[in-house]
Amino acid sequence: MLSRVADSIYWLNRYVERAENVARFVDVNLNLLLDAPPGMEQQWKPLVITTGDQDMFKQRYGEATAENILRFLTFDREYPNSIISCLRSARENARSVREVISSEMWEQVNTFYLTVNEAADVGLLSELHNFFPEVKMASHLFAGVMDATMSHNEGWHFGRLGRLLERADKTARILDVKYYILLPSVTDVGSPLDDLQWIALLKSASAYEMYRKRQYRITPKGVTEFLTLNREFPRSIQFCLLEAEQSLHQISGTPAGTWRTESDRALGRLRSELDFLTIDEITQQGLHEFLDRLQVRLNQVSEKIFADFFTLESV
Amino acid sequence: MLFDAYDPGDFFDELFLGPGQPRPEAELLIKRVNAMSLVELQQRQRAVQNTLFKLGVTFNVYSDNEGTERIFPFDVIPRVVPGHEWEWLEKGLKQRIQALNCFIHDVYNDQKILKDGVIPRHVVESAPGFLKPCMGLNPPNGIWCHITGTDLVRDKDGKWYVLEDNMRCPSGVSYVLENRRVMKNTFPHLFSAMEIAAVDDYASQLLETLLSLVPEPLIDPRVAVLTPGMYNSAYFEHSFLAQQIGAELVEGRDLVVSDGYLKMRTTKGLERVDVVYRRIDDDFIDPQAFRPDSLLGVPGLMEVYREGRVAIANALGTGVADDKLVYAYVPAMVRYYLDEDQIIPNVPTYLCEDPSQQAHVLDNIDQLVVKATNASGGYGMLVGPHASNEERQDFCDRIRTNPRGYIAQPTLCLSRVPTLIGDGFEGCHVDLRPYILYGQDIYVNPGGLTRVALKRGSLVVNSSQGGGSKDTWVVKSINPDAMVQS
Repeated sequence: MLSRVADSIYWLNRYVERAENVARFVDVNLNLLLDAPPGMEQQWKPLVITTGDQDMFKQRYGEATAENILRFLTFDREYPNSIISCLRSARENARSVREVISSEMWEQVNTFYLTVNEAADVGLLSELHNFFPEVKMASHLFAGVMDATMSHNEGWHFGRLGRLLERADKTARILDVKYYILLPSVTDVGSPLDDLQWIALLKSASAYEMYRKRQYRITPKGVTEFLTLNREFPRSIQFCLLEAEQSLHQISGTPAGTWRTESDRALGRLRSELDFLTIDEITQQGLHEFLDRLQVRLNQVSEKIFADFFTLESV
Repeated sequence: MLFDAYDPGDFFDELFLGPGQPRPEAELLIKRVNAMSLVELQQRQRAVQNTLFKLGVTFNVYSDNEGTERIFPFDVIPRVVPGHEWEWLEKGLKQRIQALNCFIHDVYNDQKILKDGVIPRHVVESAPGFLKPCMGLNPPNGIWCHITGTDLVRDKDGKWYVLEDNMRCPSGVSYVLENRRVMKNTFPHLFSAMEIAAVDDYASQLLETLLSLVPEPLIDPRVAVLTPGMYNSAYFEHSFLAQQIGAELVEGRDLVVSDGYLKMRTTKGLERVDVVYRRIDDDFIDPQAFRPDSLLGVPGLMEVYREGRVAIANALGTGVADDKLVYAYVPAMVRYYLDEDQIIPNVPTYLCEDPSQQAHVLDNIDQLVVKATNASGGYGMLVGPHASNEERQDFCDRIRTNPRGYIAQPTLCLSRVPTLIGDGFEGCHVDLRPYILYGQDIYVNPGGLTRVALKRGSLVVNSSQGGGSKDTWVVKSINPDAMVQS
């Protein structure tokens, strides 16, 4: 298929997934705050830190108040990773490949954009509790529509690849939010408040029920392991990598376990490392450090995919 | 009843013979609408607009930053064309396309019509759409204008005229298909009752037309739609048509000439393209052959095309027939090539390059419509009766400095169709653009795009000038013996 088209389907999916995950990690914070005892300092700054865009935030808003941060992450049209900007980019990409995706996909992403756009015009932060679940659902709907209406061809695999790489990256960031919030109060580890926070975290990854089915008790180690190494839960990092790798091999035509392109090699290597990693090893190197390195590696995979399939240099 | 207050006035109304007296073909429609309440009709109108917006059936407005897409305003009251009248129009359109195709082929090859003095040589050679690099081209089956959208209008007495031929890349057919889709939900029962001719065949016909151009027998030929990109005003249509026929939608930057063939850049390297349905004007298509500043085209494409290794629809050079001075000679072409009389007449046209006709135009400019010979889309024209003195003076000056650049026509009083505006119906002027495909045979899609001037009293129906659209229903004639225009 056309390189430009493959690129657009890939980014269409990344942006929809990104919007969903911004909703998720803002939502986890909102939920955590609701359960926090009165008088406890509100922790909003970590949200901006985990996006990696704190410079831009500072420039545009200055003070890290709850309102500023919520506005920045949801409705700021100038900030390219806000929910509204993600949807705008997703839609632009969809619009440039309308003839390749199904009409149903286009209608869903267009409706999604119009909904968010309307919410942004109104700009009511007090309505966000209802808004975030809507964003999550619309994103699921998009993925489901794509699954059920588009041929599972090369373009579809590029789309799935984009979605899963984005999701792996964002699950890492959602876990990282917890790290920042816990930092000032290490003594809270194991307290009832801490338990509530981990539950909120699991819920924001829609992982609470599935986690309970697997290992009953909420422990920091258990939650971390579930969200990074579990091979069955669709938002765990390892699950994303396994599925992404399948799509990549479908695209490149290379048998699993071997490589021909640089992308095969980078993704295969990362996935196989996680195959043999234990949660104890992660804790030893430090969760934050581990997540940080993982994000760098994921970025490298994206760069290789860009070079292998999307660059339009003359042959 | 909703239509009680509607007065067709002193115009040719497409749905009414007189107040409260619908045309026989429109009777069922009027009855149905009359049975509705205003609120119900307005709700349906809104629902339709919403659907179109959600489907993304939009056009882009240039120089408008945020929210660049607008929905092409759509009115739920359709225009009705009786079957016998349509048959006559279809015949006339086929005749015209055939003659124009002969003409284009002739002027780029033997130029017999010029040598025989039927059309003055300078008329053709001074037309900006006449492209020297196309001399000697011989496209597959000798067909140049594969896709045409001819603009038809009706005057006060109901007489049909051809207003414009659009031989380069006419747009709007996507609205015909999408408007129909939403109308089926709006008036489902009328479709079977009135035996409305289906339009959905267009995509298959288009694909067949394009496949008929494949340069050599290929098992799996590749068809691509070439678009200027997603910021073009008709981008929706480009992607819609590519999707409907399963073609690749490509931009100039996706294409490259390599090893003597046109190829596209894919995730697996370069792949050949055999047929290009181009939605880019001729002079942008290859910066080496035409405009060197074009970023939209493909360097070297013209050479591949000349070699016959890629087919292009419409063929390059067809713009010569869009020239409004050349238009004036279409009746002569029909006689010359087909030895027939023209079925659907031209609008009488004054050629400003002729001194006596120019004098007439200058003296009567307040009654005439003046058009730049090389413009379309409602740009570069003056509607004399509606213009200010300065505007008229300005056009007079322009005509004197560049007589070749202008023609004039009597101001036609376009026919009207009742249109839902605010809380009632108003008669709005319309034209009609049927779409014609020329592959193995000539196919005319039944109906076409009815464009409607939504500004009160306005005669300009172009989307860029505040026009809207209506669905066009070709219905079974109630009285098949009815008189046809002769």
